[in-house]
Amino acid sequence: MTDVAAMGLDLDRDHALHLLRELIRIRRFEERCVELYSAAAIRGFMHLYIGEEAVAVGVMQALTADDAVVATYREHGHALVRGLPATVVMAEMYGKLEGASRGRGGSMHIFDAGRRFYGGNAIVGGGLPVAAGLALADRMQGKERVTACFFGEGAVAEGEFHETMNLAALWRLPALFCCENNLYAMGTALRRSESETNLAYKAASYRMPAWAVDGMDVVAIEDAARRAVTEIRAGGGPVFLELRTYRFRAHSMYDPERYRTKEEVEAWRERDPLTLFPRYLDDAGLLAAGDVDGIEAEVKAEIDAAVAFAEAGALEPVEDLTRFVYSERPA
Amino acid sequence: MKTTYREAMREAMRDALRRDARVFLMGEDVGRYGGCFAVSLGLLEEFGSERIRDTPLSESAFVGAGIGAALGGMRPIVEIMTVNFSLLALDQIVNNAATLLHMSGGQLNVPLVIRMTTGAGRQLAAQHSHSLEGWYAHVPGLRVVAPATLEDARGMLWTAICDPDPVLIFEHGSLYNLEGDLAENAGPTDLDRAAIRRTGSDLTLISYGGTLGKAQDAANELAGRGIEAEVIDLRTLRPLDAGTILTSVSRTHRAVIVDEGWRTGSLSAEISARITEGAFYDLDAPVARVCSAEVPMPYAKHLEDAALPQVPSVVEAALGLLEAA
Repeated sequence: MTDVAAMGLDLDRDHALHLLRELIRIRRFEERCVELYSAAAIRGFMHLYIGEEAVAVGVMQALTADDAVVATYREHGHALVRGLPATVVMAEMYGKLEGASRGRGGSMHIFDAGRRFYGGNAIVGGGLPVAAGLALADRMQGKERVTACFFGEGAVAEGEFHETMNLAALWRLPALFCCENNLYAMGTALRRSESETNLAYKAASYRMPAWAVDGMDVVAIEDAARRAVTEIRAGGGPVFLELRTYRFRAHSMYDPERYRTKEEVEAWRERDPLTLFPRYLDDAGLLAAGDVDGIEAEVKAEIDAAVAFAEAGALEPVEDLTRFVYSERPA
Repeated sequence: MKTTYREAMREAMRDALRRDARVFLMGEDVGRYGGCFAVSLGLLEEFGSERIRDTPLSESAFVGAGIGAALGGMRPIVEIMTVNFSLLALDQIVNNAATLLHMSGGQLNVPLVIRMTTGAGRQLAAQHSHSLEGWYAHVPGLRVVAPATLEDARGMLWTAICDPDPVLIFEHGSLYNLEGDLAENAGPTDLDRAAIRRTGSDLTLISYGGTLGKAQDAANELAGRGIEAEVIDLRTLRPLDAGTILTSVSRTHRAVIVDEGWRTGSLSAEISARITEGAFYDLDAPVARVCSAEVPMPYAKHLEDAALPQVPSVVEAALGLLEAA
């Protein structure tokens, strides 16, 4: 765990508890999703972020409401930290009208235009060019905004990754590229699919600042993201962060996990951000008795309310099936 | 005013760039080179490199960037040099541009215009001669247009830019040198309706883009034989203006569809099906189609000519329908 004092960071108690709460919110939200999936309330593909929460929580601290976020199909956590109410995220999983995308997206396609949350892209690498375009629009309109784009390490093998790295660096676009390296593209280990497994090198070859960060250490991630965003806002062009993390559960809801050993998973679980961070806070004297229990109780109430909201939600009338294929125009 | 299709398209872009500061053009060689087909020649000098953006040869990245820029408040015109290269951007066009509005429950419309050259006839062989606009017309969420006249080359772009959703403009490569008169005050044209370019009562020739001229030539030849053919220019390939097609066929009772795409699974197949569904009892003969031969386009001129719809093959198909009656 990062030595905050040594980094010169001022991690006050309020912020520490905020980070902890966000980590717990995502974890408990997704644990509930698993139960609901087993109960067939949620269907389709559902990709859990469990184990990787520190990445979204840490990076998002560096963004303002004006910035944009582009994420992947593993985006429940990003949506929650970005400020989407748990109610509308859950309702989306239920396929309800009240869901973030009116039930037309599901787990993989959560959007919120007002919060500049551009989803929810389920084609590996497909969000990268879009993020470059959002950043280009900001640049051309003289807006000092940043677009943060999250993608897995599997995307690094896609042509769209390389095309976008080049374009973003060439045009010095205000984009933060956050590579969530959980070591497996579905079941394919990084070492089995990349000739160069140090992913920051790839981005650096496009002449953009790029570095690797411990993706289980929420404080280190926040610190790296803040430094990156400061550089980007100053007009320095894009920055690439490789966030080294691990997915504790299956790629989607179920998989046989033949591609990795139980020992490996257990070793990574030792570095669970939900264990590391509270322990660190305790050691640093930032945690009071009852803090964690209090957060857990609040989060449980929030998720209970989200489930109740989703259960009570309406189904979009089938007559509206073909709405939103094209924009609705005045008759 | 004498002009060409190329100049009309350029004037449309110049007009759009002047009218709306959010409009910009990006693509391969659109700036310093002046455009592979010289459509954007001179625009860099007038509007500068911020708004006339040369891109790397990264179709997926710059088409996706067009989508992102459109989401971010701009009104991009993305030029893909040819439809053949658009296959490298298929993910962005089909998985993002076409889906985002629906997938987001109506939140994210994509006001993007993509222009590209299409078609064969210039001995460019198999990888530079595709007519894949029918593929794109298959996809809900996209609007697909094919300007075949000077008026539409001048007029469709602004309407497309004003459209809140993605519009693909297919420019047949053989049309750029098309010359003719265009009104000084020529302006925006609609993207909704097919146009009847020639009226006739004996049969309907249905065409678009690069095949319109061939259909018109065939109609002239048929007129010499006392046969009056109506010629429809589809203009918009998605959504199809089925009303104009059905009304015409119900009156003429015969239809020949001229489509440079391959016959199997083509736009012509869709139109034929619509006629069968909507005007079956008005038909005096089966619907006929003149399409490209089902081969990758060959280079040698005689082979390419044989592979494409030609005036004699359209005339022959039309005569076949009349004899069948």
